[in-house]
Amino acid sequence: MMLFENIRLAFSSLVANKMRALLTMLGIIIGIASVIAIMTVGNSVTGNITESMESLGVNNVMVSLQQKNEEKESREDGVVFGSQPRSENLTEEDLITTDMIREFVNRYPDKIKCISAQSTLGDGQALDGNLYANASLLGVSLGYFVANDLDIIAGRYFSEREFDEGDMVIIVSDKLVNNMFKGDAEAAVGKTLQFNVEGKFYHPTIVGVYEHEDSPYMISMTSEKDIRTDAYLPLRTVMNEKHITRFGGFTVVTATGTDPDELAGITKQFFNVYYRNNRNYEISAFSMATMVSMMSTMMGTVTTALSVIAGIALLVGGIGVMNIMLVSITERTREIGTRKALGAPNGSIRTQFIVESIVICVVGGIIGIIIGVSAGMALAKYLGTPAKPDISSILLSIGFSSAIGVFFGYYPANKAAKMDPIEALRYE
Amino acid sequence: MEPVMQLRGITKNYFIGSPNEIHVLRGIDLFVEEGEFVAVVGASGSGKSTLMNIIGALDRPTTGEYTLDGIDVIRAKDAELSRIRNQKIGFVFQTYNLIPKTNALKNVEMPMLYGGVSGHTRLVRARQLLELVGMGDRMKHLPEELSGGQKQRVAIARAMANNPSIILADEPTGALDSETGRLVMDIFHKLHDEQGKTIILITHSPELAEETQRVITIKDGQITGIRKGKGKENDAL
Ligand SMILES: Nc1ncnc2c1ncn2[C@@H]1O[C@H](COP(=O)(O)OP(=O)(O)OP(=O)(O)O)[C@@H](O)[C@H]1O
Ligand SMILES: [Mg+2]
Repeated sequence: MMLFENIRLAFSSLVANKMRALLTMLGIIIGIASVIAIMTVGNSVTGNITESMESLGVNNVMVSLQQKNEEKESREDGVVFGSQPRSENLTEEDLITTDMIREFVNRYPDKIKCISAQSTLGDGQALDGNLYANASLLGVSLGYFVANDLDIIAGRYFSEREFDEGDMVIIVSDKLVNNMFKGDAEAAVGKTLQFNVEGKFYHPTIVGVYEHEDSPYMISMTSEKDIRTDAYLPLRTVMNEKHITRFGGFTVVTATGTDPDELAGITKQFFNVYYRNNRNYEISAFSMATMVSMMSTMMGTVTTALSVIAGIALLVGGIGVMNIMLVSITERTREIGTRKALGAPNGSIRTQFIVESIVICVVGGIIGIIIGVSAGMALAKYLGTPAKPDISSILLSIGFSSAIGVFFGYYPANKAAKMDPIEALRYE
Repeated sequence: MEPVMQLRGITKNYFIGSPNEIHVLRGIDLFVEEGEFVAVVGASGSGKSTLMNIIGALDRPTTGEYTLDGIDVIRAKDAELSRIRNQKIGFVFQTYNLIPKTNALKNVEMPMLYGGVSGHTRLVRARQLLELVGMGDRMKHLPEELSGGQKQRVAIARAMANNPSIILADEPTGALDSETGRLVMDIFHKLHDEQGKTIILITHSPELAEETQRVITIKDGQITGIRKGKGKENDAL
């Protein structure tokens, strides 16, 4: 009964001083809004990256060139973020040769399901009269479709002969078929298409059509008609075309029954024999599973760090609340004196002001949650990751704002409770 | 019957122990009978309000003994003093002291809230009291929307909320014109005559003081005179 009365009173004093109340709440609003926004975006991005990485295949081992670390302070797991091979130093000599890969596959036939390597031919356009479709032409190895989990919906995959011979054959996306063949995938198979790739013309024959999935990270500003999808050629075809025999990296798909992390270790060891005398580069290999967990850890660290900053905003907000409560109590000294004269026990004066402080903080918290969720969702949408507001962090925020209310309201409330009634009544 | 208030040798000093220690009350002995209507008069600064606050258990004397309705007020704990103020005493101030931004009804309910009276009873009683002081048509008004006289009537209704036996009024008409003051004074007479309340009234108006049963004069913190008032009947002649 008393509590309800106190809450009513707190609200009426909020309403009576709207501007001041809003300014007081601002710290709390900003703090809570940032925490919630960070959590929302953080969770959705982490969840999404993890999900799509896992969908790429937890059995995959990524092999790539990595600059040698002079200081030898590489991480325990051997992965150093941000040290991509610098292309100005990278020479043809440093790259991985097809012979090395062939040797590797021959050495561990039981552990390797297949190898997925790729080489870009370039961005181009399929042309047929008025019809056109944008495509990125990519040479891929035998294991590419397995490693990337792509579905052929019409026609077939490349034959081994086509791989070995480097035939002018192509597998295109259903999107391209939409543009060029009115969506009839069956009709497309067997047709020869003209591609203009950076001024050069190619005439590959379509052997298959795969289902294109939108990448969640590509913010597609283009219309459906202008969308650029991958079109795959046999790796040999592209390598012949570009006169190359070497790679900067590839993916190994682990055979069933083999631990990807173990294979990653073996791979690293195997290839680094070739790189022992290389001054600048070595080979790094790590499993997708390791990468996913590292990614999560990294995102978690970022989220925590940002939350700490938001927490500081909350702290500042709390101090603001304490400050305004002190002002409010001074202003209402006579009221406090009157209440005491009417028989209010100290405890109920204290409760009154703590409740008021909690109300300020919780109202601020709720406004913050609304802003935070909206901002978080908007941001996540912009980043192209589906976001769900994190219920636990919302509940936590409400709890946390109440706690701030109690913590920063206690001192002023206690001061009010301990006022001498006569001095309070005499206060001018 | 025992006097409801018994004050013996009450003193009040400020700045105790410092060279400019002041003696506001210098040994007050006062007995007030149940149902008495007493006026306290005296020059400004003579210590009337200080005495009233001690009587009302709002303040503690420096020395002396005080028994209120059989309770030893001097040795009572703060919590008990709160309860005494809530249940036995109704304060009426010169400056009304209504709670801001809180309507008349809620103001009158306030002491009952602290007294633990249930919501419905509170509301019914607050309405009755406001009717009694002639404020039945202004119940939802905020203090800011009331005139001085109207505020004081709400304050009197509030003082009556827990049906205390004692009403302490410190210059209740001090800020009102004589006509409005008259109206307020009539309410006190009514409470005294009809409900048998013990009323102590501080006033600077000799006429109003005369209307009470006993007039106590204070000078420099000491009682210098006690005489019988003429009572209200005489005034009406
Ligand atoms: N907290 C205090 N500290 C120091 N002196 C005080 C304090 N409170 C009251 N006094 C002094 O006590 C004296 C009596 O004050 P009090 O308010 O009782 O006078 P009063 O008789 O009610 O006067 P008035 O008729 O003007 O209301 C005054 O001289 C005042 O300065
Ligand atoms: Mg006074």
